[in-house]
Amino acid sequence: MLKDSDRIFTNIYGLEDPFLGGARKRGDWDNTKKLIELGRETIIEQVKGSGLRGRGGAGFSTGMKWSFMPKEVGERPHYLVINADEGEPGTCKDREIMRNDPHKLIEGALIACFAMQAHAAYCYVRGEFYRETEALQRAVDEAYENGLIGDNACGTGWKFDFYIHRGMGAYICGEESALIESLEGKKGQPRLKPPFPANVGVWGCPTTVNNVESIAVVPEILRRGPEWFAGLGRENNTGTKLFNISGHVNKPCTVEEEMGIPLKELIEKHAGGVRGGWDNLLAVIPGGASVPLLTQDTCSTVLMDFDSLKEQKSGLGTAAVMVMDKSTDVIRAITRLSRFYMHESCGQCTPCREGSGWMWRMMERICAGDATPAEIDLLAEVTKQVEGHTICALGDAAAWPIQGLIRHFRPLMEERGAGGQQPAAAE
Amino acid sequence: MSDAPETFAFTSENKAKADAVIAKYPEGRQRSAVMPLLDIAQRQSGGWLPMPAIEYVADYLDMPAIRVLEVATFYTMYNLKPIGKHFVQVCTNLPCWLNGSDNIMHACHSHLGIKTGETTEDGEFTLVEAECLGACVNAPMMQINDDYYEDLDSDATKQILDDLRAGKQPKTGSQLERYTCEPLGGLTSLTHQEELRAQKVSEKGDN
Repeated sequence: MLKDSDRIFTNIYGLEDPFLGGARKRGDWDNTKKLIELGRETIIEQVKGSGLRGRGGAGFSTGMKWSFMPKEVGERPHYLVINADEGEPGTCKDREIMRNDPHKLIEGALIACFAMQAHAAYCYVRGEFYRETEALQRAVDEAYENGLIGDNACGTGWKFDFYIHRGMGAYICGEESALIESLEGKKGQPRLKPPFPANVGVWGCPTTVNNVESIAVVPEILRRGPEWFAGLGRENNTGTKLFNISGHVNKPCTVEEEMGIPLKELIEKHAGGVRGGWDNLLAVIPGGASVPLLTQDTCSTVLMDFDSLKEQKSGLGTAAVMVMDKSTDVIRAITRLSRFYMHESCGQCTPCREGSGWMWRMMERICAGDATPAEIDLLAEVTKQVEGHTICALGDAAAWPIQGLIRHFRPLMEERGAGGQQPAAAE
Repeated sequence: MSDAPETFAFTSENKAKADAVIAKYPEGRQRSAVMPLLDIAQRQSGGWLPMPAIEYVADYLDMPAIRVLEVATFYTMYNLKPIGKHFVQVCTNLPCWLNGSDNIMHACHSHLGIKTGETTEDGEFTLVEAECLGACVNAPMMQINDDYYEDLDSDATKQILDDLRAGKQPKTGSQLERYTCEPLGGLTSLTHQEELRAQKVSEKGDN
């Protein structure tokens, strides 16, 4: 288990003062100037060296992403855009950073902006997080008032502005190019790549989009050194991670743990175990709604990191662990997710626009016991036609949970169609 | 509920807010302010966007009205018809459903006497089903206007609705003995804050 002394988010529950007084006591803004004076290349090298992989779901190297920005600033200014459009079902970690530890995010944004030669960060927060936005704005105001950000951030001579932009209820805006479109005042529909945002991002300028958690851990990585972060977890899956454990556990919670913690240990140590005991476990969705589920036997041994979960044909995603016990109608559960993707499809690409609705209607048939085994095959086939055939990953995300269900619960689906008993609805 | 007005203009206070928002974006990129301006307009109009407000925002930002309408119809937080004073959004996505959001929905239906998507006759409450609101370890939950109400059961839900109807502000956040997203009953990490947790939870219960 991760030692408290290795935890980055030491106010994740908001028990201490989230604002500047409390933040300084926790070590935030402690000689930030010295970190800036490391220089751009060293900062990027150290973030690379820490092994930090993006915490928003895709898991791409954060330092590598930063290095894709143009080395020299030309006529177009550079921008950092922070993705706080947290909407992946099961995920509620960035919310806690923004309301309970907001200064880590602002300090991280300053360092990231300096490293990428940007003078402004735009933080795109989902609109429903109104109170979280208030807390973050209060922290931003404090940072300006104390000269930590602004025309001469931390006395470094670097001009840095932090702006909050509120979303208005569209899951798709969590996709980076849709987020950029939205920030430009348009419908949030993903862009074709290339060009990539590092070349043509917001307002046609070089832009990097990073998740809240990825940015917020940067100051601590630089303070303690990249070796410290790289020494936690295992190779290629380093550091600490915020986990959200929801569903059928005795004590749902958010907790910062070491990457690669066994799933079973995570659930038993922090979330009070599976309701009714480990043997009552049916399945776990380990990384937010978009990743395929795992059955109990896998859950008993799997490690919570990018590569271990990929080996099990699932993914770490946002590390949002949704636990289902044996009372769950798992077909109904996945059907609910299918409805979500239908609702959130932006409508731009036909396979997703039509396919997500079609897959949901088919899932409803299966759920109600109206489908034949041949229809399950047809559904599996359609998921393959949607997957990989859309501009963004929402099409894939709509397909994967269904593929996972068919892979692990096909007999149950067939039984349902043959008139088998439906489990009682979840209480 | 407010009827559709024939004209719309920002109050002087909202005009100042709108201008401060526009100033966040680079020169010539004022169109980026369309979402926050529509939100300001919606708040001024009692929670929804009548057509004159959409046209006003378009003029304000020098944008074609159709581009603003396009934004207003794309994002679900803009209401294009009037809503009740209390806009109740019950999350029914997976973590909430696993923890009993069907019961919360049912409690809302029976207690308010309306179906999903409807508004009570007195204009106090509008009830809708929401997609994941990002408070999953505090499921089931609902959002009413700008506040989250978490760790609900049927009784807590009814109590919150009653309080709002009586003009009282219910306790926001978790309805259990939890401060935020920590495990119920005691910390498993950051254990040096355990005493603080117990104190905060008890203070919260007293309010």
